[in-house]
Amino acid sequence: MGESLALTLPEIILTVGAIALMMVAAYGGDRSARAITWIAIAVLIAAAVFVPGIRDAGGVAFDGLFVADSFAAFSKILVYIAAAIGLVAATGWFSRDGDYRAEYPVLILLSSVGMGMMVSAGDLLTLYVGLELQSLSAYVLASFQRTDNRSAEAGLKYFVLGALASGILLYGVSLLYGFTGSTLFGDIAVALGTDGVSAGELFGLVFVLAGIAFKVSAVPFHMWTPDVYEGAPTPVTAFFASAPKVAAIALLTRLAIEGMGPATFEWRQIVIFMALASTILGGVAAIGQPNIKRLLAYSSINNVGFILIGLAAANREGVAAILFYMAVYVVMTLGSFLVVLRMRDEADRPVETIASLSGLSRTRPGLAAAMAMFMFSLAGIPPLFGFWPKFLVFDAAVRADLTWLAAVGIATSAISAYYYLKIIKTMYFDEPAPAYARSHDVPQTVLIAAAALFVSPLGYLAIPLIQPLAANAASALF
Amino acid sequence: MIQAFAFYLFAAIVIASGVMTIGARNPVHSVLWLILAFFNAAGLFLILGAEFIAMLLVIVYVGAVAVLFLFVVMMLDIDFAELRSGIARYWPFASILALILLAEIVFAVMAWNAGTVVAAKASPAAQGVPNIELLGRALYGRYLYIFEAAGLVLLVAMIGAIVLTHRRRSDLRPQNVSHQVRRRPEDAVVNMNPGVGQGVEL
Repeated sequence: MGESLALTLPEIILTVGAIALMMVAAYGGDRSARAITWIAIAVLIAAAVFVPGIRDAGGVAFDGLFVADSFAAFSKILVYIAAAIGLVAATGWFSRDGDYRAEYPVLILLSSVGMGMMVSAGDLLTLYVGLELQSLSAYVLASFQRTDNRSAEAGLKYFVLGALASGILLYGVSLLYGFTGSTLFGDIAVALGTDGVSAGELFGLVFVLAGIAFKVSAVPFHMWTPDVYEGAPTPVTAFFASAPKVAAIALLTRLAIEGMGPATFEWRQIVIFMALASTILGGVAAIGQPNIKRLLAYSSINNVGFILIGLAAANREGVAAILFYMAVYVVMTLGSFLVVLRMRDEADRPVETIASLSGLSRTRPGLAAAMAMFMFSLAGIPPLFGFWPKFLVFDAAVRADLTWLAAVGIATSAISAYYYLKIIKTMYFDEPAPAYARSHDVPQTVLIAAAALFVSPLGYLAIPLIQPLAANAASALF
Repeated sequence: MIQAFAFYLFAAIVIASGVMTIGARNPVHSVLWLILAFFNAAGLFLILGAEFIAMLLVIVYVGAVAVLFLFVVMMLDIDFAELRSGIARYWPFASILALILLAEIVFAVMAWNAGTVVAAKASPAAQGVPNIELLGRALYGRYLYIFEAAGLVLLVAMIGAIVLTHRRRSDLRPQNVSHQVRRRPEDAVVNMNPGVGQGVEL
């Protein structure tokens, strides 16, 4: 038991931190919100430092319920960093509107505990409870600005559809348990491998995949994404687009490779369909969007499609490419959302229309340059860093004899490049719209600059740093 | 023999009362049918030998049903004065359900005493260990981690409910006892001597 607890040290740090901060919030009130936010960031960093599986071999805790390997470690550190940046994003945004409350960082911390459980899940029960912990916090965060109708609507929509997805997932879990006799990923793989995939197991597999596809917002389970991303407060949207997505994709990868490895032929068809549908729909549906948050929602759907191409490859290179992609994706997305957070008119109200970005290069050249970098990078145009993970994903697909999939992926990538380039055109060639209010939030400026630097061609210098980590993490699953 | 009969009885009534729950026109009837369904599901657990889960089902769902009643009362537009005026009409219906329940309880205990049904693939229970203890061992041993995480899920639900609904109201005037006790006559009473024909100016 002691060893098991030692392996869950990051979760314990986060939980204790969240509960302690909850007490501070209860007695200190909303005046302490700012201090609590920074302490929460420190707690996240502390948890990231103590993640097992990086320096040591990690291990399996609680009889296989919890896996602390290098794959989990990579994803966890990514999740914690994304959550911390989500907190930094919130500090400047909410407090101006006066509805920032001390519970926000606490909910982010508890959500991070859930995400940690998700990426470390070695059992369908851990998977489900972790997913619920993460989702439940997310529902509350989505409607955090309760005076705002759109925020309340986003929360309700997310909650109802999320509950439906959880129900589907749970039904699949019960089928898998019933037909394989175990909830442990390892035992399920053994059961699937011994006598082929029976109809019941196949049903369970499909339902589980559908439930998780909802959480990663892959087409055809993406409907909630644009509405929720648009309605939720912008820092919350930034958080949704980064950390939970990483956790859900890591969870899906581990389940598919470790738990359903012998059924690769069966789930590969589903994953390929979702990948293509996501890249195409994410590329086409975003074209007419006037709202930047909706556009970024479709962008995230699009990127999930590319990540799923890596999963469809179902080999070591594919998993390494997924992890690499997620690391770059998180930076690109958070960077774009940090720029969106800066979009405020003279009266300091948040603006979300793409039209308001017109001529940004003349009013705010620095911000426009950063946004242009993120857009070019999201479009995967070389020499920006966003190109490299896409290349890795397609390379993995080719190695898995899925050359046609890589070819279609490249074609859809060109479709989605259209709307990214349209934003750049709006910023650089259109007549200037009224300038945004100036912001003096130093931490966010630093973060935007750092993110822009990372996705710039200089980011290639980070490849020798990230690539071995991703490869090492991927080898944990095979 | 009696177990098989008990199983079909309970299972049939669960399904029938489930159908009636969604089919009944009167929401109060729906809730009553739901209670019947829960009791019969508990009976099914009982003949499987899971007496603790059976009791839990009854105890927990009695609480849940009470909450459901509240929802019915709050959410739906039902004139309860009218319903109460017809209590004589409901009396036969309620007593029939009560009789069924009573008969089933007697029957379930008989079936339980006669031994348990051997269900396929159920994990074998150690002889002489009550299943409440087995459940405890599973929850606090092997599944401790998930059990604790489920606790966190509940904590999040609680925080969420407070975050989304609690608001500080400025129009409330709460009682401040120490303030009331500290109040002296000289703070509250003023002697005035108004002239004839003039009002008091405060």
